[in-house]
Amino acid sequence: MIAALVALPPLVASHLLLSGAALGLALLVGLPLGVAASRRPHLGRVALGAASLIQTIPGLALLALFYPLLLALSSLVGGAIPALGFLPSLLALALYALLPILRNMVAGLRSIDPAVLEAADGVGMTLRQRLWLVEAPLAAPVMMAGIRTAAVWTIGAATLSTTVGQPSLGNPIFAGLQTENWVLVLAGCIAAAGLALAVDALLALVESGIARGRRGRIVAGLAPLLLALGGALAFTLAPARESVTVGAKNFSEQYILARLIADRLERAGYAVRYREGLGSAVAFRALAGGDIDVYVDYSGTLWTGPMGRSDVVPHGLMNAEIARWMAAGPGTGLVGSLGFENAYVLAMRRDAAARLGIASIGDLARAAPRLLLGADLEFLDRPEWAGIRRAYELNFRETRAYSPTFMYRALRSGQADVISAFSSDGRIAADRLTVLADPKGAVPAYDALLLVSPRRARDARFVGALKPLVGSIPVDRMREANYMVDRDRDKATPEAAARWLAR
Amino acid sequence: MSGPAVSLDAVTRRFGGQAAVDGVSLEIAAGSFVALVGASGSGKSTLLRMINRLVEPDSGTVRIAGRDISAADPAMLRRGIGYVFQNIGLFPHMSVAENVAIIPRIGGKDDADVAALLDLVGLPVDYAMRRPHALSGGEQQRVGVARALAGQPGLMLMDEPFGALDPLTRDRIGASMRALHERLGLTTILVTHDMAEALLLADRVLVMARGQIVADASPRAMLSGEAGAEAAELVAVPRRQTDRLRALGA
Repeated sequence: MIAALVALPPLVASHLLLSGAALGLALLVGLPLGVAASRRPHLGRVALGAASLIQTIPGLALLALFYPLLLALSSLVGGAIPALGFLPSLLALALYALLPILRNMVAGLRSIDPAVLEAADGVGMTLRQRLWLVEAPLAAPVMMAGIRTAAVWTIGAATLSTTVGQPSLGNPIFAGLQTENWVLVLAGCIAAAGLALAVDALLALVESGIARGRRGRIVAGLAPLLLALGGALAFTLAPARESVTVGAKNFSEQYILARLIADRLERAGYAVRYREGLGSAVAFRALAGGDIDVYVDYSGTLWTGPMGRSDVVPHGLMNAEIARWMAAGPGTGLVGSLGFENAYVLAMRRDAAARLGIASIGDLARAAPRLLLGADLEFLDRPEWAGIRRAYELNFRETRAYSPTFMYRALRSGQADVISAFSSDGRIAADRLTVLADPKGAVPAYDALLLVSPRRARDARFVGALKPLVGSIPVDRMREANYMVDRDRDKATPEAAARWLAR
Repeated sequence: MSGPAVSLDAVTRRFGGQAAVDGVSLEIAAGSFVALVGASGSGKSTLLRMINRLVEPDSGTVRIAGRDISAADPAMLRRGIGYVFQNIGLFPHMSVAENVAIIPRIGGKDDADVAALLDLVGLPVDYAMRRPHALSGGEQQRVGVARALAGQPGLMLMDEPFGALDPLTRDRIGASMRALHERLGLTTILVTHDMAEALLLADRVLVMARGQIVADASPRAMLSGEAGAEAAELVAVPRRQTDRLRALGA
C-alpha cells in the first residue's frame, strides 16, 4: 500500500507531462486547422470526418499502431526515431485529442452571428484582424469547452501509454490488473481521475474567465496548470545516475523477474527504471532497438515470433540456434537460461486424469471428443496449439477462451476438463493439477532466457552483474514465487516474491 | 468639405447564372443623398455592396472620386467608407466605446473621440461603457452610425439601416441621418424598400427592378408621375395610405 503510494509521484509527473504535451500538440494542429475548416466547408467535412474516424479506433490499438509505423520510419532515417515510449504516446494521444478541439473550434466559429462578421468586413478589418479581434473571442467559450473535453480524454487515455513503454499512471493499473493487486489498480485509477478532475476544474475557471471577460479567472486557472507542468518537467529532467531500463511483459512472472534483475543491477550500482506491461510482440523489438536494456523472454516465443521458424528442433539445440541468430541479426545478447521453462502445457485435475486414465496428450486424444478445452485468450490462435492438434489429432467437444484467472476457476468447478497452462504457473502445484506429457515433442521448448540489448551485450560489467542469475531458478521455485503473487488471498507484491526468489 | 462622387460603368454581378445587377451605369454627384428603392431581389443591396467591395462585380468598373476601386486594398478601402446595415452587427464582446473606436484601432490611428461621436448621433456619453446588448434597437443603430463615422468617411453606404426599428425611432433616426449628411458634407447612398422614406430623405431617388435602374428622378418629379410606370406604382402606395388616413380623420 505504502509502496504503491511512494511510486506515484514520478508517474504523476510523467503522466502530466505526456498529457500536457499531447494536448499542446493537438492545439497547435487543431486551432489553425479549425480556422481553415470553418472557412472552407469542404476541408471542414474532410478534417472532421478524419478526426471522427480516428476517434473510433480504440486507444490501445492506436498506440499499438504507432509502434510499427515509427519503427518503419525510423529504419528509413537510420534509427534516429524512438519507436517506443514518449513519441508514439504523444502522437496517438494528440490525434485522439484533435476531434473535440476541432469540432468545437468549427462549431464556435460557425455560431457567430453573420451580421457581426459582415460588420467586421464592413469596417475594413483584414482577415487576420477579424480572426483575432472578433472570431477568436466570440468562439472562445465553445472552444474552451472542447479543450476541456480533450484534456479529460487525454489524461484518461494516457494511462494506456504504459503498454508502449511510456511510464504513466497506467503502470500501477496494468501491474495491478495482472497480479490482481486491486490496491495498486485503485491507486492508479484514483490518481488519474483526480488529475483529470483537477485539470478540468482549472480549465473551467479559464472558460468562465473568457466567457465573462474576467482576466483574473483566466490567470487563476492557467497559473496552477503551468506551475504543475513546469514542476513535472523539472522533476523528470532532474539529473539521474546512469540508468538502465528493465523490460517486462504483462504477466506476474515477468514483473517478478524484472525486480529480480533490477535488484542485481542496483547492487552493481545502476539506477534502474522499468518498462512494464509490454506486449509480447513489442518486447523483443524494444530490446533490439535499445529502448530496454534487459528482459526475460522464452525460447519458443523467440523461435516462432521474431525468428519466424515453424519447425520443431530437439530442445537441446534451440538455445544455441537462438544465440547464433541473435549474433548474426539483431545483435542482442543471450546471457543464459534462468533454469526453468515456461512452456504451454495441457493440464487436468488430478482426479479427472486418474479416472479417465490420461497421463499424456496421446492418452487425451481418445477422450477429447467428450471434453471441453479451456484456453487463455491467445492460445487457440497460436502455432503451438496448431502443432499439438496436428501431432496428436486432437478434437475437443468444445473449446472456450478465458482470462487466466477464470480459466483456472473453470477447471476447478468442472466447467472445463482440460486447460492450457504455463508450466511455471504456481497454480499447477496449488491446484494439484496433472501436467500431460508431450511424448512427441510437439511443443517447442520455452526456456526462460535472459536477453540484453545490443549495446549491453558488449558491456562486460553489465553482463557480469546478471551472470549469477543464470541457472539459478528451478521451475518449482518459480512456480512458488508466481503463486505468491497470483493467489487470491494473502497476495505478495512482485518485489516481495523477487526477494524470496533471491534468498 | 464634400463627399466624393461615385460612378458605375456597366457593372454586372451574377449569382448562379442569374444577374442580380445587370449592366448598370450611374453617376452619383459629390455631396448628394441618393436613395435606392426597389422590391426585395431587385439587386439594390448587391449594387450598394459593390461600392465597398463586399461584393465583387463580374464585370464593369466602380470609381470613387474618379479612382477605380478594384486597384485598392479592400480593407483599406472600407475603412474610408461608412457602412451601416439593417442587422447592425455591433461586436457583442466589446463595449460601446470599443465598438465606436474600432476603425481607428484597426488602422493603427489615435483613439477616436468617442464622446464627440456619441454626441453626434444623439447618445449620452455615459453609454460608452455599456455593452451593446444593454441598448435598445434604435440606440444600437445609432452606435452603428457612430462606428461608421469614426473613420471620418466622405461616403456613407446605408443598407436598410432603419428596417428593423419601430416607426417612431425610424423617423427620428432618418431625420438625424439627413442632418448629419448636411453637417458633415457626406455623399450618402441609402438602400430602402420604403418609398416614403426615400422621398422624404433623398435628393434623388433611383428605382431598381430585375437588376436594372428603371427610374431615376428627384422626389418632386417622382411624385408628379414623370418618372415612369414602375416609379408611379411605388409612389402610389404611400399616397394611397395618406389619402386613407386623411379620410379617416375627416
